[in-house]
Amino acid sequence: MTYELIGGSLIGAAAALLWLGIGRISGMTGVVSSLFQWRDKSRHWAFWFLAGLVLALPVFRISGGELTIDMTSNQLLLVLAGLLVGFGTYIGNGCTSGHGVCGMGRLSLRSMVATITFMASGIATVALMNLAGGAQ
Amino acid sequence: MSAALLRFANPLALLSGMIFGLGLLVSGMNNPAKVRAFLDIFGDWGPELIAVMGSAVTIFGVVFWLSKRRVKPVCAAEFHQPTLKTIDARLLTGAAMFGIGWGLVGLCPGPALVNILSLDPDVLLFIAALLMGNRLAHYLVGPAK
Repeated sequence: MTYELIGGSLIGAAAALLWLGIGRISGMTGVVSSLFQWRDKSRHWAFWFLAGLVLALPVFRISGGELTIDMTSNQLLLVLAGLLVGFGTYIGNGCTSGHGVCGMGRLSLRSMVATITFMASGIATVALMNLAGGAQ
Repeated sequence: MSAALLRFANPLALLSGMIFGLGLLVSGMNNPAKVRAFLDIFGDWGPELIAVMGSAVTIFGVVFWLSKRRVKPVCAAEFHQPTLKTIDARLLTGAAMFGIGWGLVGLCPGPALVNILSLDPDVLLFIAALLMGNRLAHYLVGPAK
């Protein structure tokens, strides 16, 4: 549980830093959408944030961290899941970071409803896949 | 606010992104199998990720509520607090769709992006589909408010 607590604290501290520093919510959905709105100067912070996020992996590895990505290699499943995540987070205005961490921290009812909804549909999806016997 | 502090806005966003990414990596949130185990409450449940969510929400929450004493952030002109409050079909449909995709593979946007430099072709394929889904929603359903 130690690594989870340290990691979660880093995530919370990063979100707190962004809020106190520049008054922005660290939501990954908004960051992704900003890629398509690069003309909008008010969203340029997201490019800096994204650069830091992407560079975290080499920093983690240089520091001796071990990378584990244990995931399905079913390409149909990957594309379907990616489309659902991209589409759903866009129309729902957020994901695990914007709604789950920041919205819950702000005690936003809207974000709590969103978080409960995606947690529930995620749990149901995993349960149904296990029932169908084709988890991977 | 002094103009000098404004200069730190972009480096600060970079630093925040890096700390966020390190948090995802250290906690194991970037590993889809671990995320799916967390969602598998009726099966072989791995509850560890509750600690990630709990600590992140608590730390951000405390700082957020303390920040209400401030008029503006340290390196910018104003706080950009989300204004949407409505709980409508759009929110519920979006969150439900996101959850299905999240459960299918175990990746949400942050962990997908933090894994990008692994250059794992499966991660890259997922991200390409994610970007396409984002644009499809933008053009088919309309811009986010």
